[in-house]
Order: sequence, then C-alpha cells, then structure tokens
Amino acid sequence: MNFNFEPMNFINNLGYMGKGMLGIFVVIGAIIILTVVLNKAANNISK
Amino acid sequence: MEFLNDLLSVFGNVTNLTWQMVVMWAIGGILIFLAIKKDMEPTLLLPMGFGAILVNLPLSGAIGEEGVLTTLYNAGIANELFPLLLFIGIGAMIDFGPLLSNPKLMIFGAAAQFGIFFTLCLASMFFDINDAASIAIIGAADGPTSIVVAQALNSKYLGAIMVAAYSYMALVPIIQPPVIKLLTTKKERQIKMEYKPTQVSQTTKILFPIIITVIAGLVAPSSVALVGFLMFGNLIRECGVLNSLSETAQKVLANLITIFLGITIASQMQADKFLAPETLLILGLGLVAFVVDTAGGVIFAKILNLFLKKKMNPMIGAAGISAFPMSGRIVHKMGLKEDSSNFLLMHSMGVNVSGQIASVIAGGLILNFFG
Repeated sequence: MNFNFEPMNFINNLGYMGKGMLGIFVVIGAIIILTVVLNKAANNISK
Repeated sequence: MEFLNDLLSVFGNVTNLTWQMVVMWAIGGILIFLAIKKDMEPTLLLPMGFGAILVNLPLSGAIGEEGVLTTLYNAGIANELFPLLLFIGIGAMIDFGPLLSNPKLMIFGAAAQFGIFFTLCLASMFFDINDAASIAIIGAADGPTSIVVAQALNSKYLGAIMVAAYSYMALVPIIQPPVIKLLTTKKERQIKMEYKPTQVSQTTKILFPIIITVIAGLVAPSSVALVGFLMFGNLIRECGVLNSLSETAQKVLANLITIFLGITIASQMQADKFLAPETLLILGLGLVAFVVDTAGGVIFAKILNLFLKKKMNPMIGAAGISAFPMSGRIVHKMGLKEDSSNFLLMHSMGVNVSGQIASVIAGGLILNFFG
C-alpha cells in the first residue's frame, strides 16, 4: 500500500478549498457580467 | 516425446498467467457487459474493457516499449493530445443558447464544483497532494479534464481515475436522484420556473467562446488549452461558415478520438498497477466527489431561495456538475415526475452547460495550485 492516513491533512488543505471555490465564483461572476453586457450591446445594435 | 515438447512450448505462455490477470479479465468483462447490456457510456467502457483484457494477457505484445498501446499512450495521452482534440468535438456539440439567454444560471455551475475541492481535502488524508488533486478532479464529471489534470500532475493512478471518472459519469442517473431527493422536499421539487427565452444574437454566440477563453486564460493560464479547445469547437459551430467542419468535429473527430482514447487508457489497467487497495479507495473518493458536487449545487440553490421572491427549483443546482447532457435531463425528468406540467429542461440544460465551463476552470485552478 502506498498511502498513509494523515487526518490533519484535511484541515491543512482547507485553504485550497477556499481559494478554489472563490476562484471559480470570481471567474464565473466575471463571465456572467460580460455576457449580460454582451447581450445588451448586441440588442442595442440590432435595435 | 519431441512432439509433446513442441506442443508444450506452443502453450508455454499459459504458465505466465497469474490470478491477478484473470481478475482483470473479469473486470474487463464487466466493463464490456455494462457498455453493451446496460448502455453505460459504451463508447468508452467497451474499448476500456477490451483493452483491460488485451493488456493483461501474459507477455502482451500490445504494451511494453514496442507495444502499440504504449505508442498510442505516448502519442496521445502522455502529451494530453487526445483529450484536448476530443474537447473540440465536445465544444462543437454544445449549444450555449439557453445559457446565454439566462446567464445568471452559470452561478450553479460554479457551486456544483464544491465536490472537487472537498474531495481534494479528503483524498489528501491518504495520498500525496498531486495524487489527491488528480483524484479530486474525478468530480469534474468530465473525462478529458480528468485525463489532462491527472497526466499533468504525473499521477500514478491514471487508470483507476479514468475508470472511476467514466463509470460514475455513466452512473449519474443512479447517483444523483437519491441525493437530490434527500436534500429537497416534494414541495420544492414541484416549484415551476417560467422560461422566457430572450433572443441571443449570432454576434453574442460568436463572441462568447472568445471571451471565455480570454478570461479563463488570464485567471487560470494552465486551463487555457482545455478551455481554448472547447471554445474553439464551439466557435466552429456558431460562426455559421464552417458547418462542414462543425459536423466533422461533432461526429468523425469525436468518434475517432474516442475509439483510441478508451483502449489507450486501458494500457494503464495492468494487473500489477490496478489491483491495489488504492484503486478501491479512489473509486470511493470519486463517488464522494460526485455526491458532494450534486449536494453543493442543490444546497446553493436552496440558500439563494432564502433571498429570492420568485423561488427557483433547487433541483436545477444538481445539473451544475458537468456530465453533459445526462445531468440536465435527469433534473428535467425528476421535475416531470413530481408534476407532469413542470418543464425544467431549458433551465437544467443551461446550468448543465455552465457546469461544463466551470469544471474546466476548476481543472485549470487545480493545475495552477499544483502543476
């Protein structure tokens, strides 16, 4: 077997969970905002 | 006597057979059975099942330095070429229309990646951080992303990770409904969501893949190949002047790569590597990733509902795991089961497509952290 049981690693790596989820929400948030702007701009041009 | 000796030498290779190889034949047989009889991801499970038998024949000529599967592995998996090419086909298959007409739905794609990072912490209790990250990305519910991340992080468990990723994708209709039911009330599952499609211009559809590529490339440069190839495929689809290429990418390219991908992955399913307690643990952790992803999406929708006047059906949060388009369909079917006039398809598909984008970004972030 190539693994050991190190329960404290769960706590030690929680930072990655925080950074990862924050990163995804920031990127998706930016994409949402740009998509809304893009939709509005495209609608205004077509009008 | 000489004749007997000759006969024995012809079948001499049988003495090289080990029980572990026979177990791998059985595993290969199960994968082929699931593919043919249960129609579970047959395009991948069948080649993987056959490949598992092929590489576990004693002194198999398909592997080793001169083996064709080793050559294919070095040419297409070790350098991440096959999964990336497959992404062009997947990108060409995806219609971002429902998502673009209601971009707010994208937030659920982000929430449903929680399982990846939860599993990362969980797996780090047993494995070194690079292997833990490779195992966690099973939760992306997206085979090519799993291959690229596990390969880039030099994981020793690529075979087990692939088997888990594709098997659980096929098992989404079995895994997701009980988790969704456990976390929602009947009343919540009956919530109807009005669908007001807004006109999405072709300019928007063309600019969208370019913008996504630029944003993802700026934030998570390691994800740029993944996102870029996915969005390149989508640009071919939406540009309106490359219909023939789009069709080729969706069918011929995707099929060709899939044939080689499955059987090449099987080169990592040699008995001595695969039959280990770690494999069982990886299968368990992969399941946790899928369950927590689903729970993350549903719970996030329920939290949002606390602040919204017009409530959303929390089930659509579950479609945020990638597994496109199965997850979106499951949510729609569950809605219909609760109330035959409850049509959630357009919402759930929008969320499902956003899950595809978010899972690739999650893969890129994992590579940023550990690559």
